Amino acid sequence: MGDIREEARLVDYRKGVEEVPSRDGYGHGLLWLCENDERVVVCDADLAKSTRTIWVRDKYPEKFIDFGIAEQDMLAEAGGLSRTGLVPFVTTYGVFVAGRAWDQIRTSICYGELNVKIGGAHGGISVGPDGPTHQSLEEIPLMRVLPGMTLVVPTDAHEAKKATIWAASHEGPVYLRFGREGVPVITTEETPFTVGRAEVYRDGDDVAIIACGPLVYEALVAADALAKDGVDARVINCHTIKPLDVDTIVTAAKECGAVVTAEEAQVYGGLGGCVAEVLCQQHPVPMRIVGIEDVFGESGSPRELLDRYGMNSGNIAAKVKEVIAMKS
Amino acid sequence: MVDTKELEEVSRKIRRDIMVMLAEAGSGHSGGSLSATEIMVSLFWNVLRHDPENPDWEERDWFVLSKGHACPVLYAVLAARGFFPRKELWTLRKLDTILQGHPHRLKTPGVEFSAGSLGQGLSLASGVAMGLKRQGNPGNVYVLMGDGEQNEGAIWEAGMTAAQYDLDNLCGICDRNYLMIDGNTEEVMGLDPLADKWRAFGWQVFEIDGHDLRQMTYAYERFQLEKKRPTMIIANTIKGKGVSFMENQADWHGAPPKKGEQVQQALGDLGFTAPWEDFKKHDFDWVG
Ligand SMILES: Cc1ncc(C[n+]2csc(CCOP(=O)(O)OP(=O)(O)O)c2C)c(N)n1
Ligand SMILES: [Mg+2]
Repeated sequence: MGDIREEARLVDYRKGVEEVPSRDGYGHGLLWLCENDERVVVCDADLAKSTRTIWVRDKYPEKFIDFGIAEQDMLAEAGGLSRTGLVPFVTTYGVFVAGRAWDQIRTSICYGELNVKIGGAHGGISVGPDGPTHQSLEEIPLMRVLPGMTLVVPTDAHEAKKATIWAASHEGPVYLRFGREGVPVITTEETPFTVGRAEVYRDGDDVAIIACGPLVYEALVAADALAKDGVDARVINCHTIKPLDVDTIVTAAKECGAVVTAEEAQVYGGLGGCVAEVLCQQHPVPMRIVGIEDVFGESGSPRELLDRYGMNSGNIAAKVKEVIAMKS
Repeated sequence: MVDTKELEEVSRKIRRDIMVMLAEAGSGHSGGSLSATEIMVSLFWNVLRHDPENPDWEERDWFVLSKGHACPVLYAVLAARGFFPRKELWTLRKLDTILQGHPHRLKTPGVEFSAGSLGQGLSLASGVAMGLKRQGNPGNVYVLMGDGEQNEGAIWEAGMTAAQYDLDNLCGICDRNYLMIDGNTEEVMGLDPLADKWRAFGWQVFEIDGHDLRQMTYAYERFQLEKKRPTMIIANTIKGKGVSFMENQADWHGAPPKKGEQVQQALGDLGFTAPWEDFKKHDFDWVG
């Protein structure tokens, strides 16, 4: 039976976890950058408190620029700022940036290869009571179809901080997706994190569960439950959606023979879509995609919504059973 | 026209329901709901032609809430007018509710458009106004925006369109409470002189006290007389109006009063003394 890899240096999540929103990791990453990288400026569109850029506004007011409620302007302004050598981190909710300002991101920023970093907060249905208008479920497909974009979906606050700091060191557009709710912190300072490389957290060769964001934790919990039923699941944190770690995914498909993906997003065109594109061309295996099934969400508590829309550990385990049945 | 004293009392009860609703929900937007209360009450009690029994009545006037986060005031008004049972108010933001955290037209009777992404309502309303006009329908269209919301470029795109097509059946209302989330509108992204901007865009503009029911009603009536241009009412208001600890506080933009002592204090400021939960059990007119 496989188990958690020593070298993953994860928190012993079975003994309980601390819950912290990944947007906090973004805030901490920005503070670190303001201290250490004089090129960095932090931009927001009237959501400084929710996105944690207020920490920068309070501590480094000279590095903070508020564009008011004008996301399209902010994105193109950031493009302008970047051409002067600054590294702007533009920040608002996912819907209002990946959606509202998509054309600015596409044509000015990605086509022009501008060095703009985008922090998209409030990704996922776990945004909760604010409802569907604020639950960003589409950024993954919207951003990953853009040539030159790097897209990272951190699993927890630690990883979010690492990804934020990394983004400044990379030349080119980067989108970082964060959540609103406190979610289990499973990684540590020592957990390996390299953009573009998926990390195997748990060994196993009956099935591979490839997840991103907070669903990595749900995948680990699912794997523990499956182990009791004699199913040995490999769990992979695929935090970088683009560029995708094709090797790790194809190897997993070859060695496990079945794959389930899990993300807190629409099932079309997201992580599941990426993995399916790779596998059907390189090594087709039975596969299922866990996510939101082509509907908008609704108001409710984060936990209620994850359960209703089928994104908890039990839902992942159920899909695993399906692909295992298809293997024989 | 309904007697002003009576409408002041209606406004007080609407504010009460907003507070109780938000306390019960545990999240949601207090400040911009309280500031818009008289704007909404004067419109729905004195001006807007509507039929709660038949929300899609062809001869109605339209109301579009562009600043969707202020839906508690809209929901309280719709319930009081009889669009849906009052008890629905206490389900705000909860699973399976008809009252989503931001308005959804397919779930709530009386909601014309889904909203929550700022800067889209003026275009939607302008489109309705254009559609009505083209089909000879005499209905008017009212749309409520925030002042921070005026930052959105799309607002000004719609501003040009409505003037270009002489949409004299379109009335915008800007809830000018001088606060957005990150602070004072003039410090975050200055808007003044806002009235001059709208005039320069070819609109008829009124700048009035948005808590004065008489002034609001008068402005709506003046709009109805205009035969060429769209109208913008800049309603000067106080964010959080009526609840002492919320007034003019940016931090109360997106926060509810807490259940218990805090909501009780809010109701006290509004002149209600009965235990806050009792208001859930009685009808709109019950004052304890
Ligand atoms: C496009 C968009 N950007 C950002 C937000 C987040 N947001 C919700 S309310 C708000 C502030 C609105 O301020 P204002 O328009 O002045 O409203 P009011 O003061 O009347 O509440 C912001 C930024 C949003 N809902 N939509
Ligand atoms: Mg305002």
